[in-house]
Amino acid sequence: METTAFKKIYTKITQITKATCTLQASGIGYDEMAEVNGRLAQVVKINGNNVTLQIFSGTEGIPTNAEVTFLGRPPVLKVSEDLAGRFFNAYGQPIDGGPEVEGEEREIGGPSVNPVRRLQPSELIPTGIAGIDLNNTLVTGQKIPFFADPDQPFNQVMAMVALRAKADKIILGGMGLTNDDYLYYKNVFDNAGALDRIISFVNTTENPPVERLLVPDMALTAAEYFAYDKKETVLVLLTDMTLYADALSIVSNRMDQIPSKDSMPGSLYSDLAKIYEKAVQFPEGGSITIIAVTTLSSGDITHAIPDNTGYITEGQLFLRRDTDIGKVIIDPFRSLSRLKQLVIGKQTRADHPQVMNAAVRLYADAANAKTKLENGFDLTAYDERTMRFAREYSKELLAIDVNIDTTQMLDTAWGLFGRHFSKAEVGIKQEFVDLYWTEKE
Amino acid sequence: MEKNKNTNGVVSGIIANLVMVQVDGPVSQNEICYINLAGVDLMAEVIKVLGDVAYVQVFESTRGLKVGDTVAFAGHMLEVTLGPGILSKNYDGLQHDLDKMEGTFLRRGEYTEAIDTSKKWDYKPLAKVGEKVIAGSWLGEVKENWINHKIMVPFKLTDSYKVKWLAEEGNYAASEVMAVLEDEDGKEVPVTMVQKFPVKIAIKAYKEKPRPFRLMETGIRIIDTLNPIVEGGTGFIPGPFGSGKTVLQHALSKQADADLIIVAACGERANEVVEIFYEFPHLDDPRTGRKLMERTTIIANTSNMPVAAREASVYTAMTIGEYYRSMGLKVLLLADSTSRWAQALREMSNRMEELPGPDAFPMDLPAIISNFYARAGYVKLNNGATGSITFIGTVSPAGGNLKEPVTESTKKVARCFYALSQQRADSKRYPAVDPIDSYSKYLEYDEVREYLSSHVSEEWIDKVEETRNLLLKGKEANEQINILGDDGVPVDYHLRYWRSEVIDFVILQQDAFDKTDSSTPMERQQYMLNLVLGVCNTPLEFDSFEEVNPFFKRVINTLKQMNYSDYMSDQFSQFENELSTILTERKSA
Repeated sequence: METTAFKKIYTKITQITKATCTLQASGIGYDEMAEVNGRLAQVVKINGNNVTLQIFSGTEGIPTNAEVTFLGRPPVLKVSEDLAGRFFNAYGQPIDGGPEVEGEEREIGGPSVNPVRRLQPSELIPTGIAGIDLNNTLVTGQKIPFFADPDQPFNQVMAMVALRAKADKIILGGMGLTNDDYLYYKNVFDNAGALDRIISFVNTTENPPVERLLVPDMALTAAEYFAYDKKETVLVLLTDMTLYADALSIVSNRMDQIPSKDSMPGSLYSDLAKIYEKAVQFPEGGSITIIAVTTLSSGDITHAIPDNTGYITEGQLFLRRDTDIGKVIIDPFRSLSRLKQLVIGKQTRADHPQVMNAAVRLYADAANAKTKLENGFDLTAYDERTMRFAREYSKELLAIDVNIDTTQMLDTAWGLFGRHFSKAEVGIKQEFVDLYWTEKE
Repeated sequence: MEKNKNTNGVVSGIIANLVMVQVDGPVSQNEICYINLAGVDLMAEVIKVLGDVAYVQVFESTRGLKVGDTVAFAGHMLEVTLGPGILSKNYDGLQHDLDKMEGTFLRRGEYTEAIDTSKKWDYKPLAKVGEKVIAGSWLGEVKENWINHKIMVPFKLTDSYKVKWLAEEGNYAASEVMAVLEDEDGKEVPVTMVQKFPVKIAIKAYKEKPRPFRLMETGIRIIDTLNPIVEGGTGFIPGPFGSGKTVLQHALSKQADADLIIVAACGERANEVVEIFYEFPHLDDPRTGRKLMERTTIIANTSNMPVAAREASVYTAMTIGEYYRSMGLKVLLLADSTSRWAQALREMSNRMEELPGPDAFPMDLPAIISNFYARAGYVKLNNGATGSITFIGTVSPAGGNLKEPVTESTKKVARCFYALSQQRADSKRYPAVDPIDSYSKYLEYDEVREYLSSHVSEEWIDKVEETRNLLLKGKEANEQINILGDDGVPVDYHLRYWRSEVIDFVILQQDAFDKTDSSTPMERQQYMLNLVLGVCNTPLEFDSFEEVNPFFKRVINTLKQMNYSDYMSDQFSQFENELSTILTERKSA
């Protein structure tokens, strides 16, 4: 779309709703950006000469004679190496007081990667957190959300994962972040001396909710630039996708669309998939890995947002407070990384898959023993041993404050096995038992 | 749809991928048109006509489209190209060859040819000059991989014809004329190896569609033994996320006893398709020893590809399946997942402001689903040969709740129901097919029962029934134990429960990632079921419930080791001997 020397100014709006306005205009492209009295807007519907604009910051105070100009292009982001270390709003404008970034203009929400041009994800991402590295190993090119209740420390865990992961660039897409959380991220990255690797696109709770819809596309356009053009390993953090979906439902509601399950738009699955499927391993070396947060309402994963997310992402990570040890752990039962099979036992020690399964199985036995206890039944000696094991397993491996490498995690697990169980009870292949079994201390 | 002149139009309105087009002539429902956006043609399909405005769904993003842009109507419905060279291809939902596209990213309006018409094939005529033929009659054949690919009278030809001329045996390009037919009025029709056919219309070039009867082996015990599917049968796999739908579908595509497999990856993760791209060229087909990719065709419309093409993708896959069925082949069609297809229909119906049905799905969803499943089946061709399409679709019910429109509509038409249970998945009992809720209606078919008695064994059906009963009894006993406590029930309850656990661990559970266990031939399934039922029917004596659990754990472990050993190997027999030693320990006199 070419830019013209002068722009036609329209001043006759025929219809205004809470989020949209309609005017008569011609020669307008679908998805094109516009300014309405200086506020950014986007074309969402064209019917003959009637063009409907969605005004991102809302229509409060917009008069029927507002000045409307069309920008002749869809939303774009200027990409260059200068993006690194900068903070932007949802429109890609700097909010850190620095200058505008110069670079090539890229349309956001661009095309998808041809599936035959993808490479199978294959590089392990170490985080130091055993609940992740041992049980739910992350792989480059993966997309995985944290399913967490709002009171859980998901922002802290995400920041920790981001800093420990050996990524060339970390891109934060903050949607509906509270100002406090935004400053938290900024401080953590600053203190870690990692600011030059970080790029942030932030919509805080102080900004209008509909603006959020631009954030993931902005973040991922920047990610594609670094991963595809520069062949870098890029980690994208999206928090909180539930608030993004809420914004979608606001818009679809204002556009009089019929809601489907949980008042979400019928297109929720496609809308979310378009974002998450940007995670990719390019054959030329770069990759985009997406770690997102989906907040739940009191743990309900059957709600349309976590449900659709679960069908799209490659696993999910659950946080849970373990009252026995008083710490937050990565729940080994409900968490899952679908891509871990590609790396465990291959890029990690060969006993990894077996140790992981044995530990989770014994932890499950402990959960059964606990239920028995709660129901007032007697415990066997084995039950009591599993419960002792579970407490130590939780504290030494599942807790999110653990920071060790995978080999240490495996050794720790073998130590726990030796302390509480017989070889037969653990049931691991003989060749590994011969190598790693440690007797009771 | 015969029209003399092609209609043109201009864009008059746009809402996402629904575009209104002012037309200057006649248009048909489902007609294909091309919208010109700054020099690029975007493919679209007519889905509603109101006066001289055609509502079209665009198979691409409409970003930048303007009112006044021109539209050319093609005069035909969405069609697939049928001919040799389809096998091993990776297509998008509209049958464009993904490998031929340039660049890493998909580009709007880049439409590649489905079949390389210049490629040469070794051709052998099958018909004779002067023979009377109709649509679907075999004129000749070429070797496509190891399949005898029949060159047929095009399905669009409705009359009866006489073969006037046939090419001699030799090497020809797909675009060359292989035969000339003559209709009753003496009009000549040239036939090449390639033909086109609309995807929304079923290919009916067969004589009859009898009830299917022949077991289709999948190597998956919980299917073959307990809930068998037949050649030409239909089944569906509903399950919440993380319950192993895709692993099960991949296992089916690797092991099923079919001549060729068509996988429609419909609105699912791109990395899952990538897994097929990477693995199948290296995996061997256990029956032919060829690479799996040689019998597989992939129709990929992953979740980030245009939504409108998602609906088309399942029809594209079915039409290709029907084409190969008409050659007398056994086709297995897998679609993952049909829920995404239904959602695509919902998005469109919503944009057209139709009155919604349950969960905002279109009112005619049940009809659309049942029509689609009805296209599968076992057929007798006009020349007496038989062919089949076995269709298995997955369903992704919202929130894992099976009381939702897609699952319910599918349940009415699909004959096999493989319910994946979250509970089984959580306790890592894979495949997580629920043994109590799942069913195969084919076990009620007299034809199938007869086939099983003569091909497996006479008592087979009784044994399957017995197995089901034992599982149900075990489940009831377990519930009692959980309510009353281990020592609150007679020891016999523990026995009942553990007998069902033996069936569960040895027959139902299967390691999809183990070389030996992943696929079990029918003979071995029969042997193992007999062995397990033998264990379950052995009267045993225990003094207290505490002895039951360790005893059965040993039994299960030994039987599982047998599953991991090569059939009838020394190791296998050794474990079997071990089993009988364990059993004698507790056998009551």
